[in-house]
Amino acid sequence: MQDWKILSRITFSSTIILNMSMFLYLIKKIFTLGSTFLGITLISFMVMHLAPGEPMSLQTDFNPKMTPEMRERLRAQYGLDRPLHIQYLQWLKGLAVLDLGLSFSPDRRPVWDKIKERLPVTLLINILAIGLILVIAVPLGVAAAVHHNSIFDQITTVLVFVAYAAPAFWVALLLMLYFGIYLGWLPISGLHSLMGYTQMSGWEKLLDWCRHLILPVLVSALGGLAGLSRYTRSSMLEVLRQDYITTARAKGLPEKKVIYKHALRNALLPIITILGLSIPGLIGGSVIFESIFAIPGVGQLMWTGVMARDYPLLMGNLVIVSVLTLLGNQLADIGYALADPRIRAGVKTKD
Amino acid sequence: MKAANHQITWLGQLGNNPLAVAGLLIVGLLCIVALSAPWLAPYDPHAIDTWHILESPSRAHLLGTDLLGRDCLSRLIYGARISLLVGIVAVGIATVIGTILGSLAGFYGTWIDGLIMRLVDIILCFPTIFLVMAVIAFLEPSILNIMVVIGLTSWMGVARLVRAEFLSLKQRDFVMAARISGASNARIAFSHILPNAVAPILVATTLGVGGAILTESALSFLGIGVQPPTPSWGNMLTEGKDNLEIAWWLSMFPGLAILVTVLGYNLLGEGLRDALDPRIRDSEGKS
Repeated sequence: MQDWKILSRITFSSTIILNMSMFLYLIKKIFTLGSTFLGITLISFMVMHLAPGEPMSLQTDFNPKMTPEMRERLRAQYGLDRPLHIQYLQWLKGLAVLDLGLSFSPDRRPVWDKIKERLPVTLLINILAIGLILVIAVPLGVAAAVHHNSIFDQITTVLVFVAYAAPAFWVALLLMLYFGIYLGWLPISGLHSLMGYTQMSGWEKLLDWCRHLILPVLVSALGGLAGLSRYTRSSMLEVLRQDYITTARAKGLPEKKVIYKHALRNALLPIITILGLSIPGLIGGSVIFESIFAIPGVGQLMWTGVMARDYPLLMGNLVIVSVLTLLGNQLADIGYALADPRIRAGVKTKD
Repeated sequence: MKAANHQITWLGQLGNNPLAVAGLLIVGLLCIVALSAPWLAPYDPHAIDTWHILESPSRAHLLGTDLLGRDCLSRLIYGARISLLVGIVAVGIATVIGTILGSLAGFYGTWIDGLIMRLVDIILCFPTIFLVMAVIAFLEPSILNIMVVIGLTSWMGVARLVRAEFLSLKQRDFVMAARISGASNARIAFSHILPNAVAPILVATTLGVGGAILTESALSFLGIGVQPPTPSWGNMLTEGKDNLEIAWWLSMFPGLAILVTVLGYNLLGEGLRDALDPRIRDSEGKS
């Protein structure tokens, strides 16, 4: 009976202590995230005001129908007549409610709407790309590490270097040329076929989407594939050098168990962080393959915005994408904390 | 004396690595080609020849001609100049900024370190291409602007490396000795600590040139980098994309050039990293 009471008391107090340290940790995290977010908005805002002349001038200067009064009214409407820091605060207030202003392009639609409808596409392709990278790069890296310095290792190293150096848009063009035009197997633009799409059954639609997505996902995954497989290899090599691996082998464990049960688990941990760090690269790469394959995502939106000097759109897009990256990194951190039992137990690992 | 020994050792180590030597050869070849462009190129890269539009590779035009009859080989050779120029200057800018900020952060620590590292984290959240595109949208897409912008968005890696070196070397005996003998902070930083950081900076710089070339060609491909008619491998690929079905050579060769160049720099950089790292640890052990 008494044991039960002692146990419950220990559980209670340890829960409180754990929760308090969790609480402090969360507070610190929120502060870090908040200041990073503010920094992102500040830089985006500054970038947009780099232009000599005013953001509106492209629309107003060469328009013969634009009178000085109209120009002043437009300025007031966009809040450009107020000092810079006030403009920044106005914009921040809008950001909080996801009001990113109206696009400068002729359709005058809200920026957030434009981004919202294209974001899922980009996210879909990038998530699929991450999946593809994991599925290919990790086994490749592990195999290369396990068969260190063999022919396989050397060939994969060279291939990885080549993949790393190849410009993504060139590979996209070659793939389009070969699979799309020469062999005619895969479509080269858009998300789904234009003709006869509505008549397709559910399964056929899915297949159609898959056929259209193969090339973009492949191109998106290419650079990350090379980097991650190399990193997996070196991480695995590092782990295999450790004493506990030698111990496991000395204990007589079968080699497969040593590799998969002991070495791999430890080698995989930093990979989560690396994945998180490669998110901005993946999203940035979206610009290229979305332009080439005519995919309506945020990358293509950025490009058309640049071409049209659509200042609210560019600012909004920049912030949204960076915030997504920030969230992605946090997810990776949380994933790492969950996966590493040392962190879960509260052992202080080096920062 | 010690420096002379160093030089022979790491260079020898580099020579033992066949991939690194290949990288060195590629980079060297690229420099030669870029420097001797006016003598090497068979035609004027801007010469329009409407009688020979979109010709496939032949004896007269080894890599074919483009939409305006310009010789692709000559354009490729002149494109090497642009790529090399942008790569080196952009990385130079990035290295200078990164070294200064990294050494400040590592040397002084405290809030300066916190501030600079927070800045690094913030800039790392932006996908580089998005940020560069946004900036170039508002400045003219000239070669100078591209170089500066790429430099401004790639200093973070160098900064982290330099900071790490400073943090680890700050506590060393030789620093304390220098301080005791009355050296000023600046002198300690520049004459004592920084020389040890040169090796990782060199590696990062070499690898960075490859990255800068990729970024510049991507920008030129999208139309916001080097503007035609100036030949850049990236904007040659734009033309290739528009004529994909009828002129495969317009897409093949510029991309191949980019591939080989970046590969060369990456191989050289990785080779340097392997050659220099253990040397540095050895030297620190001895000192």
